[in-house]
Amino acid sequence: MDTLLQQLINGLTLGAVYALVALGYTMVYGIIGLINFAHGEVVMIGTMVAFTVIVSLAGSGMPPLLILGIGLLVAVVACMVLGWGLERVAYRPLRHAPRLTPLITAIGMSIVLQNIAMIIWGRNYITFPPMIDKQIYEFAGASFTNVQVAIVVLAALVMIGLTYLVQRTRMGMAMRATAQNQHVALLMGVDIDRVIAMAFIIGSALGALAGCMVGSYYEIAHYQMGFMLGLKAFTAAVLGGIGNMAGAMAGGLLLGIIEALGAGYIGDLTGNFLGSHYQDIFAFMVLIVVLMFRPSGLFGERTGDRA
Amino acid sequence: MAEQPTLLAAREVAKHFGGVKALHDVSLTIHRGEIYGLIGPNGAGKTTFFNCLTGLYRNESGHFLFDGVKLEADAPHKAAEVGIARTFQNIRLFGNMTAIENVMVGRHLRTRAGVFGAISRNSATRAEEAAIARRADELLHYVGIHERAHDYARHLSYGDQRRLEIARALATEPKLLALDEPAAGMNGTETEALRVLVEGIRRDGVTVLLIEHDVKLVMGLCDRVAVLDYGEKICEDVPAVVQKDARVIEAYLGG
Amino acid sequence: MNGPSTKHPYWRQHWLGLMLVVGVLLAVPFVAALGGQAWVRIANFAILYVFLALGLNIVVGYAGLLDLGYVAFYAVGAYCYALLASPHFGIHLPFWVILPCGAALACLFGVLLGAPTLKLRGDYLAIVTLGFGEIIRIFMNNLNAPINITNGAQGITLIDPVRIGDFSFARTSTVFGIAISGPQKYYFLLVALAALVIVVNIRLQNSRIGRAWQAIREDEVAAKACGINTRNIKLLAFAMGASFGGIAGGVFAAMQGFVSPESFSLMESITILAMVVLGGMGHIPGVILGAILLTGLPEALRYGIEPLQKAVFGRMIIDPESLRMLVFGLALVLVMRFRPAGLWPSSLRRRELAEATD
Repeated sequence: MDTLLQQLINGLTLGAVYALVALGYTMVYGIIGLINFAHGEVVMIGTMVAFTVIVSLAGSGMPPLLILGIGLLVAVVACMVLGWGLERVAYRPLRHAPRLTPLITAIGMSIVLQNIAMIIWGRNYITFPPMIDKQIYEFAGASFTNVQVAIVVLAALVMIGLTYLVQRTRMGMAMRATAQNQHVALLMGVDIDRVIAMAFIIGSALGALAGCMVGSYYEIAHYQMGFMLGLKAFTAAVLGGIGNMAGAMAGGLLLGIIEALGAGYIGDLTGNFLGSHYQDIFAFMVLIVVLMFRPSGLFGERTGDRA
Repeated sequence: MAEQPTLLAAREVAKHFGGVKALHDVSLTIHRGEIYGLIGPNGAGKTTFFNCLTGLYRNESGHFLFDGVKLEADAPHKAAEVGIARTFQNIRLFGNMTAIENVMVGRHLRTRAGVFGAISRNSATRAEEAAIARRADELLHYVGIHERAHDYARHLSYGDQRRLEIARALATEPKLLALDEPAAGMNGTETEALRVLVEGIRRDGVTVLLIEHDVKLVMGLCDRVAVLDYGEKICEDVPAVVQKDARVIEAYLGG
Repeated sequence: MNGPSTKHPYWRQHWLGLMLVVGVLLAVPFVAALGGQAWVRIANFAILYVFLALGLNIVVGYAGLLDLGYVAFYAVGAYCYALLASPHFGIHLPFWVILPCGAALACLFGVLLGAPTLKLRGDYLAIVTLGFGEIIRIFMNNLNAPINITNGAQGITLIDPVRIGDFSFARTSTVFGIAISGPQKYYFLLVALAALVIVVNIRLQNSRIGRAWQAIREDEVAAKACGINTRNIKLLAFAMGASFGGIAGGVFAAMQGFVSPESFSLMESITILAMVVLGGMGHIPGVILGAILLTGLPEALRYGIEPLQKAVFGRMIIDPESLRMLVFGLALVLVMRFRPAGLWPSSLRRRELAEATD
């Protein structure tokens, strides 16, 4: 049973990251119905910015945790600006265009961001400097690190804060109203443009945070890292019911655990025919199965056909 | 109006949206060859009834008997297949296709050519294409917008768009034509022309179900009328009786 | 009113232009060969992409379905050919057996993938096809152990060329006193295939099925109300696109003699999509233009940007590959913003109107 607990712990860590990224997809989708393909790239840019800040401050003699904090903050702010800019420049002019149009624009933006990152940070893997003294704890035969604890706790705090924001503040209410019915929200005096911009900004901030977590966890970053991460986080959002924020959080955790368990047991399950290289296929398998049997997601409400 | 065979029978059809009852056990019977009106205040459930009938919504309970057969209307294309064609309250044409192409799409159901026919362009396919075009042309004549055949649907006037939608629906060879507020936004002349058209359609053997706000049109055109209020049928009779029904007057005036 | 049968006057009106096109197409491989066989290969790839893009055009342009994993079907066709005509398994079937097999297999995958997703909203298809493309690549990369099926990242080599009897496409041979090299033979094969896919595109466009696709693209609910089984009709487009991908993959494998997972990346799918979108979704000449432009662009960048950068900065500042992708990405964004119908959108409508008033 050691492996089981171990995989659950790893899955929880991964799932916390997916959940944060999935929130970015689901908020934007919930409000304007767009799959923001470039969101994975925003996460990647967040990681890269944090990396640059941390590396350049590493020799300054500041305490490592402070450096990490500054790196995180700069990354979050940079991504907020990036998210806002993306919406303003690329998506807003297309708000009334046919459905395929903004989707293709999103793919285009994703390519642009990836290649800008490659020009700036190079095409090789870069080592994310570990700023936390890694401690390993043992529990019932499984081990976990303080980095993992920090990721899970931080993610939980942020999600609680976000829930508060959406449930209790005026901005949150405006967001929910817009997601329900944009037209009515407009009539009620909600500034739709601001709400949509906010969804991008908050989603990007969460993405930057997730990017820093991934960087600290794997201690590695790459200009293409956003693609797979984004795809999986999107799967998590669909799994939880796209447009539904609680669903995105639950879907993220669930997908992280499914993936970790899948990677841990796939060898046994298939008589060693398939090995752990296949970790990445689980997300897609899950996606296809969910869409087949419960297209509104595990926690989503059934949204009837729009007549 | 006695002794007419039944074309459509709705049996206790119910539909909810969340906690809201949009349709509450609605039953009604439409005879073959009649023009049947469905009226009621805004939000009474008329369009919901249409959507259940044409398979766009799934009703929670109750069922429809169409031409003696229970409708398995879980998909709109199946409703069209058994012979129920409809128009939409907020006109839904294929805007970037020409008028005649819109009607040709309506022939899809009653024609066969597949991919191999299209690619090989064999004689059967060519004959079918010609027949489709011919029939579409006839229907445009029939509804009186033939001279606009090669204009984009979105460039047609409002009244012509309504007519085009009817032509497209007729192209599917329906037994029942369901019109959702066809006179909405029309002026007096256009409405009068519509009345003549609908009567013509009935004369040519198609039963008509009409949702309409224009009470004058409904009363003048329909053989029988049902009134919906808050998802319930409160009255069903010939127009003269319906007009005098206390509950109907209450529903329209009492709000 | 004689709608679809207006094709024949078209041929008669444009015979001069058509002769010109045929003449140019015949001359290209020989002119290109003056600069070396490498140029013939570039021309071959341009035409292979025309074929691929027109296959995808049925899916994206006609039926309006966003397929982001098109290259997966291309990969299925390529590996199908590679495994059935190479020393890897010691099987050497002739190409005219394998190409249909590859098309059928790709079609089967298309149906399996499309059936559950096509009844959902369009953007789900985009993400599922994207995921499928990745799954196929992961399998190609890893199915070398415990049983070696795909030979992993090394790929499969020594794939048989197209061969009809003793006439092999790998060698130069003399036909009517003209020496024709291997790549030039493939050129003519590819032109024939491209002509086929163009005919298929044109004929489908003005057919019962083509109208149904357009109707679905315009308004899916209204299309259903007209009795169109939208899921099946969309599945038809998706499966057809997949089959064309499968055929292209087979030709690719034979022409290259080598396949590896690297050729089937997501970027490849997006490049083909970009050809369709930038050229003009649903408009055949536009798509052809898009395919030729985007195949030519990297070559132009290679020969133009490198010396330019060296001349201006004295060294390479930006690696040309990432510059190429950057241009792709920006082009997608800008075209969607300013020319959403593509660089060369359809003027068919105007022509039809003009004919109607003759």
